[in-house]
Amino acid sequence: MTNNQIMFFIFSAVIVIFSILTVTSRRILRAATFLLFVLVSTAGLYFMLRFNFLAAIQLTLYAGGIVVLIIFSILLTSHVGAKLEQPGLAKVIFSALTALVGAAVAIAAILQYKFPETVIPKERTNIEDIGQALISTGKYGYALPFEVISILLLAAMIGSIIIAKKRKD
Amino acid sequence: MTSNIYDNFVASLTQSIHEWLYHVMPPTWALISEMTIIGLVFLLFYALVGLFLVYAERKVCAFMQNRVGPNRVGPYGIFQTIADFIKLLMKELITIKNSDKLLFNIAPFIVIIASFMAIAAIPFAKGLHAIDFDIGILYVIAVSSLGVVGILLAGWSSNNKYSLIGAMRSGAQIISYELSVGMSLLTIIILAGTMQFSEIVQGQEYGWFLFKGHIPAFIAFVVFLIASTAETNRGPFDLAEAESELTAGFHTEYSGIKFAFFFLAEYMNMFIVASIGATVFLGGWMPFMVHGWDGFNTVMNYIPPSIWYILKTGFIIWLMMWFKWTFPRLRIDQLLTLEWKYLLPINLFNILLMAFIVLMGWHF
Repeated sequence: MTNNQIMFFIFSAVIVIFSILTVTSRRILRAATFLLFVLVSTAGLYFMLRFNFLAAIQLTLYAGGIVVLIIFSILLTSHVGAKLEQPGLAKVIFSALTALVGAAVAIAAILQYKFPETVIPKERTNIEDIGQALISTGKYGYALPFEVISILLLAAMIGSIIIAKKRKD
Repeated sequence: MTSNIYDNFVASLTQSIHEWLYHVMPPTWALISEMTIIGLVFLLFYALVGLFLVYAERKVCAFMQNRVGPNRVGPYGIFQTIADFIKLLMKELITIKNSDKLLFNIAPFIVIIASFMAIAAIPFAKGLHAIDFDIGILYVIAVSSLGVVGILLAGWSSNNKYSLIGAMRSGAQIISYELSVGMSLLTIIILAGTMQFSEIVQGQEYGWFLFKGHIPAFIAFVVFLIASTAETNRGPFDLAEAESELTAGFHTEYSGIKFAFFFLAEYMNMFIVASIGATVFLGGWMPFMVHGWDGFNTVMNYIPPSIWYILKTGFIIWLMMWFKWTFPRLRIDQLLTLEWKYLLPINLFNILLMAFIVLMGWHF
């Protein structure tokens, strides 16, 4: 086994184990912490593939941003002793079935895909390329998705401000 | 490019260790032992810098307040922090009833691992860094944003109101000020055209970016200083552990070595942001050189790069200590107003200004 394979198995084991712990834990903040470990290991996989930029974005957005927001909202709403209730039998069976079907679809898709020869990506992440791609409108340009997401975020922000605003009456 | 007499020394030293390891054992084990050696070196470095910074902080604080500071243990009290450290090691680790024990124990490690990951990318001299990512600055911003998770977990799992309030304040503060730190660094990335630390330092050979980018770079430097002081939870932005209101904030319930972890991580984070500031704005390990002044440059080159690095980092650390012992603590609303109503708009405008200056070629 090569070093890369060993690292891959370590990362995958962490991802699988902590994903299961995330959904089975009955303490909500522990679940959020396990989710953090899953996201950090995913970033590790990206680093292994030399997608450094993607890995750093994964760390900043998911691990440093979204998990922090999740933990923040748990901090505001929940108490340290609080445990989630054990769901009913019907719910357990139904969600297990859904998960299995989802896994089956994903595994079938992966098995059917013929993986081409591994291509080693470019050694360097050029920030000029990233900047050009972000504002270009041509092929592989991200100008439209970027603007659409901006409008979505702006709408969400205005909505939350209106909800949080003190009413005069 | 001027050659530096010390560059070859570092390169040949690391190269010979590398070759020797691969000579005496199979590649996998050589790789593992290399990583172990680097890890141990960083641990030792961590402990030494942490001890020194605690001592420096107490001395600087004492001089600012017209006191003597620690002066009993060893000459000028230099062994005081070592004595304190041994005391911390021997203290009992108190476990609290009704706390979430798993998260309570994990939290200090998350904080310290985040700062450990960040220090790996910092260049101490030419070729003297653990890893030289092509996305260096982004990587450091990314991993240092993980530390706040540890603080939030520590505050919540302690099951204590003071801790929880401290953690909430710290969370709000770090999330807000991360933006300003990132954007002020982005301003310099525009000027440098790269995110790789080694190239950023190389680009400052004849003129640090603080001088090269003049007005926008100077604004970015000031914003970086303010925002990074806030991001490390240091005074005047230390409301997360405001002693007078919250006993000790998020680490109230921690004792012994677990408390020491938080304490050490706080000082190391200060060291890391000071290093980034020194590397990005003040040229890192690059000596002060002026284009065309060959004699002057030769003299400057005789000072080893690591000394330059330590001097610049030390200067920024001293600035941050000066802030802490000069300004009164901000209220939480003042803190958020400062970030969202002043620093962020200034930063956004500053990025535009820098882009304009780079486009027009007005930098030098």
